[in-house]
Amino acid sequence: MLITTPKQLSTLTRELQKQARKAAKTQVLVSMGTCGIAAGATPVFEALKRAVTARGLTDIDVLSVGCVGLCHSEPTVEIVDVATGSSTIYGAVTPEQAAALLDGQGREVKKSWYFPEDEANTENRMQARIVLRNSGRINPERMDDYIARDGYQALATALTGMKPEEVVDLITASGLRGRGGGGFPTGTKWRIAAAQPSKEKYLICNADEGDPGAFMDRAVLEGDPHAVLEAMVIAGYAIGASHGIIYVRAEYPLAIKRLQLAIGQARERGLIGENILGSGFAFDLSIKYGAGAFVCGEETALIRSIAGMRGMPTFKPPFPAVSGLWGKPTIVNNVETFANIPAILRKGAAWFKRIGTPGSPGTKVFCITGKIKKVGLIEVPMGITLRDIIFGLGEGIRNDRKFKAVQTGGPSGGCITEKHLETPIDYDTLKTLGSMMGSGGMIVMDEDDCMVDVAKFFVQFTMDESCGKCTPCRVGGRQMYRLLEKITEGNASLADLDTIRDLAQTIKTASLCGLGMTAPNPVLATLACFEDEYRAHVVDRKCPAGRCAKLITYTIDPELCTGCTLCARKCPTGCISGKVKDAHVIDQTTCIHCGACFDACRFSAVCKK
Amino acid sequence: MACSGCGCKERVNLLEVYPEKRRALDEYIDQLPLCEDMERQKGFLIGCLHKAQEIFGYLPLEVQECVGKRLRLQQSDIYGVISFYSFFTDQPVGKYKINVCTGTACFVRGADKILDGFKSALGLEDGQSSADLKFTLSTIRCVGACSLAPVVMVNDRVYGNVTPKMVSAIIKDCE
Repeated sequence: MLITTPKQLSTLTRELQKQARKAAKTQVLVSMGTCGIAAGATPVFEALKRAVTARGLTDIDVLSVGCVGLCHSEPTVEIVDVATGSSTIYGAVTPEQAAALLDGQGREVKKSWYFPEDEANTENRMQARIVLRNSGRINPERMDDYIARDGYQALATALTGMKPEEVVDLITASGLRGRGGGGFPTGTKWRIAAAQPSKEKYLICNADEGDPGAFMDRAVLEGDPHAVLEAMVIAGYAIGASHGIIYVRAEYPLAIKRLQLAIGQARERGLIGENILGSGFAFDLSIKYGAGAFVCGEETALIRSIAGMRGMPTFKPPFPAVSGLWGKPTIVNNVETFANIPAILRKGAAWFKRIGTPGSPGTKVFCITGKIKKVGLIEVPMGITLRDIIFGLGEGIRNDRKFKAVQTGGPSGGCITEKHLETPIDYDTLKTLGSMMGSGGMIVMDEDDCMVDVAKFFVQFTMDESCGKCTPCRVGGRQMYRLLEKITEGNASLADLDTIRDLAQTIKTASLCGLGMTAPNPVLATLACFEDEYRAHVVDRKCPAGRCAKLITYTIDPELCTGCTLCARKCPTGCISGKVKDAHVIDQTTCIHCGACFDACRFSAVCKK
Repeated sequence: MACSGCGCKERVNLLEVYPEKRRALDEYIDQLPLCEDMERQKGFLIGCLHKAQEIFGYLPLEVQECVGKRLRLQQSDIYGVISFYSFFTDQPVGKYKINVCTGTACFVRGADKILDGFKSALGLEDGQSSADLKFTLSTIRCVGACSLAPVVMVNDRVYGNVTPKMVSAIIKDCE
C-alpha cells in the first residue's frame, strides 16, 4: 500500500500498534544477527516454532530479530509479555532446551539497558539505547514492525512541518558528532553542503566498517535497516540531495540482503521515490559494494571507490561537502550517525543534549572484546567511565587475570591503562589520553598480552592497508614494522626506540589522509605507557608477557620430566634429545622457539621463560 | 588461464568453456543504465567485477577483457582496480576457502597459532591454493563474530572458539 500523506502514515502506525496488541499475548524474539546465527540461533528458532505449533499455542509469536548485543550468551531468546512490555532474556539456548523456555525455564541473562526514548526509569542500568533502540526488538525484514515503533514519523515531521534549513539547525543544535571516528559536527557538515548552489548533490552512507574488532554498523544494518533509510531521506531533504548511496562492505552479506529488502519495501510504500508523503520532495537510494580496502573508510577514498577507481584519498580542501562525487557537493555520514537522526527529530535537540556530555551529546555504541568476561555490543551515554564499561558491563577480566590495558580506536587509536580508567570518555577526553574514539572497537588486554606485539599487529594492519599514494605512509609504515620486528626478535638497540619516535612524528605530519596520520598512534601510545616493556625486549632480550616467540627460552625441568619422549617426537627440528624414562634436554642452538614441546608436555616439565 | 576444472595445466578460456556463464555476465551488463559520460560509466566497474567474480569464481584476463569491452574501459583501469581491492583475485581459488580471522579480538586470543596449524596441515602459505584446487588458505580481517574468537570461516560456515587441536577436524569436515 502506498503511503502518500503523513495522515495515512499515522493511521497506519496506530492500526499496526492495535493489531500487535491484539495478535499475540507473548512474543518470542530470537536474536539472529551474523554472530547469533554463527552461535547456532537458526536451529533454536526452528525448535521454538515447532514447540509452539506442537502445543497449539496461537497467541505466541516467534520472531527472528537483530542483534541485542549479548554476544557472550548467544544464542539468546527474549520472551516478551506484549500487554505489560516486561520481558526475560535467556542465554546460551540450545535447540533441546528451547521448548522449556516457554515454561519459563532457562538460563536468565541480566538486561543492562533502558530506552531514553520511552523509559525514564533507569534503575541503575548503565546502557542507554538510541541507536540500537529497535535492534533485537523488531523483525528487520518487516517494514510494518518499524512503522509500528513510530518509524518514518520523523520523516513526516521533517518533510511536512519543517524547512530544510530548520532540519539542519535542529541537528546542529543537538550537537551530534560523526560516529565514524573523527567526531566532526554533523550539523556543520550538512550546513556546508546545503549552502552549495549546485542542483545535483549526493548523500553517502559509509557502511564500510573496516576496523578489525568493530561491528556496530553491521548490527544496526542487520537489526534496524529502515532507521538508516529514514535518516538518509531526511538528510537528503536537509541538504537538497536527490540521490543517496549506501557504500557497504561486501563481507556483510546479511546486512546487504536486509538493506536491499528494506529499500524495496520503502520504495513500494512510496517513502523513497517521487513526491514523498505529498511534499514534492524526491529521493532515491542505491547500494554500492566495497571490495575489501580499509582505506575506503576515508571519505575521499570512498568517493573514488564509488566512482570505480582505486580507493586512494585526495587532498582536502576541497572538502566533499563542496566538491565530492562527480565533482558535486557530497555528504558522507556513518551508519551510526544516521541511526541517531530519527530519534533527534522526534524528541528534539534538547532531549538529545541531556544525554551524554556537553561536548559530545548522545550515546556511543562500543564492541567490547578481547580478554573480558562479557563480550558484547553495548550502547552507553557519552561520559561513562572505562571502569564502568570493563568492570561493570564487561564484568572484569577472564580467568581472573590482571587488567593491563584497553585499546580503543582500532588501528588509529591508542591504549588506556589502569590509571585512566576513571576518566569519563567522550571524543575529547580520549584524544587527550593519546587515543581516539574511532568507530568504537574496544579490545581489553590482560597481563599475558605483549604491548610491543600488539603495536606490531596494528602497524602490520595499516602497512597492508596503506593505499600507497603518499610516501610517508607507504614507506614509513614498512620501516616502522621492520623496527618493531627487530624489537620482538631481540635484535634492536635503544637507538631504535628514538628512530621509532622520529619516524612516527614524520608519518603523522606528512601523510595525506587519516590512515597515515593516525597509523603511528598504537606505537606512540604503547611506547608512552609501556616503555619499560619495550626496554625489556631491547636491553634484556626478554618478552615479559611471554608472547614474542624469539625471546622465549624453553627448558626441561629434569625433576618433572618422566622421559615419555612425547616432546622429542613433536619437535619439528629434532633439537630435543634423551632416552626413554630419562630426563630430556633441549639444544638451545637449534631450537626455533615454536613451543610445540610446551604444548605437548603432559607433566608441565617444559618451562617457558 | 590454467584449467580450474580438472586440475590439468592446460590454458583454457573460461568464456569459451562456459558460454552460459558468459551469457549471465552479459545479461547483467545489459541491464545497467550505461551512458555516454565515460566518467560515470566507470562507476559501474566495481559492481561488474563483483558480479563476474560471483559467476566465474575469479577474474582471469579474458573475463577482465570482456568487462572492459562492454564498459569501454582500458585494461589498465580494470587491472588497477582488481589489484587494489583484496576482495578481487585473478587466480583460481579452491573449492573450500579456509579463512582464518586475524582481527584484533582473534589476534589477542591466539589466531596466529590457528593459522600456523592450517599452514602445516595443508602445506600452504597464507593466500595459496592447493594444486588440486580443493583448498585455499587465507586470512580475513574480522568477520564480526568477536565473541567467538578465534574464528575460522570455511566458505560460509563459521567455526568459533577454535583451538589448534580443532584444525584437523575442520579440514576433515570439508571432505
